[in-house]
Amino acid sequence: MKDMKSLPEKEESLWLVIVSPTIWAVHFLLCYLTAAIWCAKWAGPSRTLGFVRWAIAIYTVAALIGIALNGWAGFRRHRFGHGKLPHDADTPEDRHRFLGFSTFLLSALSAVATLYAAMVAIFIWNCD
Amino acid sequence: MTGDSERAESADVKPLAHEPAEAVRRGQEERLRKVWVTPSGWHYWSAVNNTIVGVWYTAAAFLFFLFGGVLALLMRVQLAVPENTFLSAETYNQVFTVHGSVMMFLFAIPVFESIAVIFLPQMLGARDLPFPRLSAFGFWCFILGGVFLSGSILFDAAPRGGWFMYPPLTSKYQPGTGADMWLLGFSFIEIAAIAAAVELIVGTLKCRPPGMRINLIPLYCWYVLVAAAMVLFAFPPLIAGSMLLELERAFDWPFFDAGRGGDPLLWQHLFWLFGHPEVYIIFLPSIAIIAMIIPTFAGRPIVGYTWIVLAAVGTGFISFGLWVHHMFTTGLPGISLGLFSAASEAVAIPTGVQIFCFLATLAAGRLVRSVPMLFTAGALAIFVLGGLTGVMVALATFDFQAHDTFFVVAHLHYVLIGGAVFPIVAGCYYFFPLINGKKLSDRLGKIAFWFMFVGFNIAFLPMHFTGLRGMPRRVFTYPEGLGFETLNMISTVGAFILGIGIAIVTWDIVRPKKRVPYAERNPWNAGTLEWLPNMPSENWGVRSIPEIDSRYPLWQQPNFVRDVDQGRFYLPDAEEGKRETLVTTAIDSRPVQCLRLPGPSFIPAVAALTMGGFFILGTFYLWIPALISLVVAIGVIWYWLWIGTAVLPEKEEKDVGLGLKLPLYLSGPASVGWWAMFIMMLAVLTAFVCLIFSYFFYWTIHDDFPPESATGPGVFWPCLAGGLLLASWGMTLLARRWNRANKTGAFYVALLLALGLALAGGAAILAGPWLTGLNPKSHVYPAIVWLLAIWTALHAAVGALMHAYCLASRLAGRMSARHDIDMWNVTLFWHFVALTAGITVAVIAGFPLVK
Repeated sequence: MKDMKSLPEKEESLWLVIVSPTIWAVHFLLCYLTAAIWCAKWAGPSRTLGFVRWAIAIYTVAALIGIALNGWAGFRRHRFGHGKLPHDADTPEDRHRFLGFSTFLLSALSAVATLYAAMVAIFIWNCD
Repeated sequence: MTGDSERAESADVKPLAHEPAEAVRRGQEERLRKVWVTPSGWHYWSAVNNTIVGVWYTAAAFLFFLFGGVLALLMRVQLAVPENTFLSAETYNQVFTVHGSVMMFLFAIPVFESIAVIFLPQMLGARDLPFPRLSAFGFWCFILGGVFLSGSILFDAAPRGGWFMYPPLTSKYQPGTGADMWLLGFSFIEIAAIAAAVELIVGTLKCRPPGMRINLIPLYCWYVLVAAAMVLFAFPPLIAGSMLLELERAFDWPFFDAGRGGDPLLWQHLFWLFGHPEVYIIFLPSIAIIAMIIPTFAGRPIVGYTWIVLAAVGTGFISFGLWVHHMFTTGLPGISLGLFSAASEAVAIPTGVQIFCFLATLAAGRLVRSVPMLFTAGALAIFVLGGLTGVMVALATFDFQAHDTFFVVAHLHYVLIGGAVFPIVAGCYYFFPLINGKKLSDRLGKIAFWFMFVGFNIAFLPMHFTGLRGMPRRVFTYPEGLGFETLNMISTVGAFILGIGIAIVTWDIVRPKKRVPYAERNPWNAGTLEWLPNMPSENWGVRSIPEIDSRYPLWQQPNFVRDVDQGRFYLPDAEEGKRETLVTTAIDSRPVQCLRLPGPSFIPAVAALTMGGFFILGTFYLWIPALISLVVAIGVIWYWLWIGTAVLPEKEEKDVGLGLKLPLYLSGPASVGWWAMFIMMLAVLTAFVCLIFSYFFYWTIHDDFPPESATGPGVFWPCLAGGLLLASWGMTLLARRWNRANKTGAFYVALLLALGLALAGGAAILAGPWLTGLNPKSHVYPAIVWLLAIWTALHAAVGALMHAYCLASRLAGRMSARHDIDMWNVTLFWHFVALTAGITVAVIAGFPLVK
């Protein structure tokens, strides 16, 4: 097993914790902007969403892959060594596990929120 | 390796093994007391210490709360019976506008900041936050702006367009200064709020006690970190929007005038892009108080610490995807409504998670009954009800029915009073001993609770039904026979019962307490650091800055209080007679610097007064005196920076105790000033992005944007400006490098060149729209181009001022090759100027070409 010195602070980052919610935010904005601009500029008299629904599908697959990768990496950090929850020891290991677990939980939430957004494209077919 | 053996191994730095001699301790305490003494006489008002400024701040916010509450009661009197004439329609409009605005901008947001300013350093075992004078500046801005705004209603001159100020109502149909007061006054207060956010973020990340790793920080700090970060991204859209609306009101630039290419809907986007996250900016720090109270009275650590972190961070993010749910009835495409409806439902998940964690902690612990717990229970009950109606109105189809009715009034009061007012009153009873060493009355607290809880529900529960029966919001009266009478009368009675409850709390706080004995130390037997002080406490914050090994050190670290008290940890002394605290790393909290903190000063108050002069005089369109006031403010701020920041220490290192020597001066990313600049510039960049968003918003709503008839700004001048500003940025970078290398001559030349290039670049970007004859009053296109150019030119001008400051600083010997904080921070500012200039040029010169 790795020892404490193998987990120096400088290799950790708070940014990893918020990668998944950031992916959700980008996905959400892309879906919204694509739909809004399409409906305002290009939908034409048919008012159909046309390619927007495919675009949302592609965004969603890409976002979910990103969230899954980040979440999996977080989960592995959470399971590092033999530490158990609540990860409250004053050690680099528990700090490492805590950041991993936070990443994992936020990834799960981001995945659910991304799917919620994607579902809209299943039910709505036009710009009205 | 198991968790327990890790914990045993973790006590890396031990406190002094032996108690320092009595005489030594006395001497240390004497010096600390002298350094942290509160100024007396009229100099009292120059205090900058968090425990004093924080209390002023909280007291002022609470006074505004009472003022807003009185306005609410006036409204309830007016609505008690049909066809009432107690208030005229005109006065009623002012009353509901000021009520909403005061509660949001002068109570809910400032009280979060003020409570955090008091308690954050104490929870972090810090002597103060890193920028005490900035907190004081924020307070003075707040009180000045707040009194000005609230006072306007006494002169019948208050804003009357609702707390959301929708144009065209506020741009075309409301002459007088009311709306200007709102736009300028709140912009001023928002600047103060962003300053506070900078302070709180840097405080949480960089001023923790040694050993308090990121997995050990009190939950309150997580919530405050998230809320403060949200302020950075939520407030700038409103500042940008206010700027557009004020430009339209004062100078007739048609940003929201549909006749000249503008669009009122843009305001709604910008406003709610602020307005919805703001609800969570209010809610999170309040629920954070509950996250501190519950473990104390359950007598055990919180259950699901990481889950609560998830809830705080997750809510912080998702709350930015909700803004359009305030605009469900504006005719946006169904798919947009669907997306925002989905996010509005998703935000209920993290919100629910934390409530389950609280309930689990209570279930797993042994509950001790108390007044703070009573208010906590009330808060959770009310908030859950508000949350449930929130899930209802988040569905667009339901919202179509409930929109603009009293149902929404009921919903938002359940959320805000349950999510913020009750937790804050709980916190008031809980934390009060830390303010003056005495507990508030248990008996009065219980009576107040029942009045408040019962009164609240009697007032607001019927409003759901009033709303479902169709009574609209913001009407000053209603005719008989529509079925509203009884419900409204019940609400009015309830509002007064609630008012009695709040009056009892107020009395409990202000009543003389000479005969009330001091509370015992840590009266609730809590586990976190803010409960270290004696009753009454000393001004120094913490006697010695402890090494932290656990989430609840008072419960989990043996002899902890004794060791802190006897000065066995870090910084037990103030040998040099300076205010000091420790700066640590962001993740593992390793000590890296002993930070000297500034002491009492009137400068923040004078800076606030002169800065306020600009906004207040601007309200009355007195632009020349306003600009003079602004120039004076800039001078004051220059003086403030000159004498109070990046001060050269008398020695390089200081022994902070326990065998640790730390530098007294750090520059660049290691210094707190650099972090503050970075965070501040993120907020400024966000405002700029909102302006760019506006440009493209106009493009989406117009078939031809930029219009065919547009004559400018051309390509040459913007590109020249971009080149000059990028060159200035490059010269700034070189100046920093040459300063470090101690090539003094090269440094001066580079910095002078940078200054000249910045001024030339600023002029060139304005030359574009000027020389191509763009008239900002004619159409929204020239107006938005002008605004982007002015925004960039202002950045260049401020950047040039900073160049001048660094030149003067090095000439005066305030800055040297090694002591170069100013140069690093100015370079950082210039990274943002370069980015802003690049984007502006690409948009105003590039986009018309693409099109």
